[in-house]
Amino acid sequence: MRVVFKTSYDPDIDLHDHAWKRWGIALLLAVMAALPFLVGDYYLAEATNTLIWALAGMGLMVLVGHTGQVSLGHAAFLAIGAYTDAALMNIGWPFLLSFPVAGLVAGVFGAIIAVPAVRMSGIYLAIATLAVFVIVEEMVILLAPITGGIGGIFAPTIEIAGIGFDRYAALDNFYWLCLVVVALVTWGYANLMRSPTGRSFLAVRDSEVSARALGINVTRTRALAFGLSSGVTGLAGALMGHYIGFFNYELFSIFISINLLLVVTIGGLGFIPGAFLGAILITGVPQLISILRDSANATLGIDLGGIPGLDTMVFSLILIGFIIYEPTGLYGRWLKLRVWWELFPLARRDMFRRQKTYLKTERMR
Amino acid sequence: MSLLAVEDLAIHFGGVKAVDGVSFEVEAGEVFAIIGPNGAGKSTIFNLISRLYEPTRGRIHFDGADITALKAHQIAPLGIARTFQNIELFDHSTVLDNLLMGRHIHRRTNFVQDILFLPKVRREEREHRRRVEEVIAFLELEHYRGKHIAGLPYGVRKVVEIGRALALGPKLILLDEPASGLSVEESQDVAFWIEDMRRDMGLTVLMVEHDMGLVTQVSDRVLAVANGRPLALGTAAEVQADPEVQAAYLGTGDAA
Repeated sequence: MRVVFKTSYDPDIDLHDHAWKRWGIALLLAVMAALPFLVGDYYLAEATNTLIWALAGMGLMVLVGHTGQVSLGHAAFLAIGAYTDAALMNIGWPFLLSFPVAGLVAGVFGAIIAVPAVRMSGIYLAIATLAVFVIVEEMVILLAPITGGIGGIFAPTIEIAGIGFDRYAALDNFYWLCLVVVALVTWGYANLMRSPTGRSFLAVRDSEVSARALGINVTRTRALAFGLSSGVTGLAGALMGHYIGFFNYELFSIFISINLLLVVTIGGLGFIPGAFLGAILITGVPQLISILRDSANATLGIDLGGIPGLDTMVFSLILIGFIIYEPTGLYGRWLKLRVWWELFPLARRDMFRRQKTYLKTERMR
Repeated sequence: MSLLAVEDLAIHFGGVKAVDGVSFEVEAGEVFAIIGPNGAGKSTIFNLISRLYEPTRGRIHFDGADITALKAHQIAPLGIARTFQNIELFDHSTVLDNLLMGRHIHRRTNFVQDILFLPKVRREEREHRRRVEEVIAFLELEHYRGKHIAGLPYGVRKVVEIGRALALGPKLILLDEPASGLSVEESQDVAFWIEDMRRDMGLTVLMVEHDMGLVTQVSDRVLAVANGRPLALGTAAEVQADPEVQAAYLGTGDAA
């Protein structure tokens, strides 16, 4: 167990209270940056996809994990980001301008619809966001001159200062671009969570009534969380558009929304690393299943490809398993493993037994 | 001029008159207790002052200003902090973070500055932390600083909630049954803290409490309510001696 001897408040304010952890992050970043030299194009493309999903996952995590609001409509913000970015680049805007504007448009749109939506909570909010998703989907089809309608839209090649970031021609560059965006957003997210704004999100999530008694404007806080969430998701959407290259409204289906919710729940609600772990699982498991299926076919002669719905079933089983046995998600499991390791051999099974909440009434909800 | 003045306050939930024409004034620097049997409307009065409920009639003045029309989140910045009867802490955060959340009204940075974590944010955080540390020292919570609320015993949670209210830096603190569910020793601590809040911090305390020992020990004046109506106002001894109060608690002699 590492002990931090504190002589000022700064270790508590810093992102990492221990130099050891700082080196860990630096090492991770270095490995991620060196990835194009370590793996082939297939895996690099998958890693890029994972990064984009992690970015969208962080977007939803702000809302679901840290502010306690459900959204079934986040595919809509991916779509808004993707279409805004592609449409602006098609009329000649440079990526460095169109990309932040895409995030901003998605964020402002999210904040505007949040004003009526955040008065609802739970299942009602989920349905309201679902309605937003349907509206955006219809809007994409109706705004055919801008969005290409049913036919689809082409996301132009990104070029910054003469360097190409094409997803096929220069995958390494595109990967690094995504990595930089994800790293910056993660840093901003971590900063948010150690500052008054992030604490007000948590306050609204855990007890609305005491949040209000502490002077937190609940409606405004939720709208802000919604705006930030949809903004980050919009950025992810813009990158996703470039990753796919050519897309229409079908790319942003309701299943994307559900998958995003899976990313944050399986990853671990309320933990930034959870978004990454969830993204790895969501993008990795289908690949893993198809690799296993192919090898089963090749070596054992078992043709699992003929069974319809196998992937979906395995996927669903994983999800159900998590919800029953590990509600805190992959990151929660990781924390438990770490404590077990740090305390070895003193850790006990009951240390993580969930406790019933003491004396909680529904009076003021 | 009294710090808090409640005039003819009433709230009706349909036909239930939870509070019906309660008036009282709390002077600055006073410890004022509201007592009454279960369902008398004590916590409802608190929720009306915190503006969580909308009064049917009546006015609430604080520090010379009418606060009846304000929204719930506009109350804390005026200098009114409160605790809840059933503990409303942020369960998934640490004690330290809970106390820091109590500093919300003193934040001077916006969310963009927060995301970029500009040097100003760090300076502000240090200041918040310093103020919170004073509260931690006052309530002797050092041992629990980094612990999550979900794993803490009941008594400590009650204290953390008082701490969160104090971290706000209020003029008036509303304590909703600060000693309920506490052991004798813990209640004694609460009594000393209330004394210190008044004497050293210059706070005005308005509390709802069932523990008559604590009420007698710390309060200057006591208001007894029953069925949403005021019964008696005076010192703890006067109120306890009031026949109407005794009737409300024990039932009238003739009925038995």
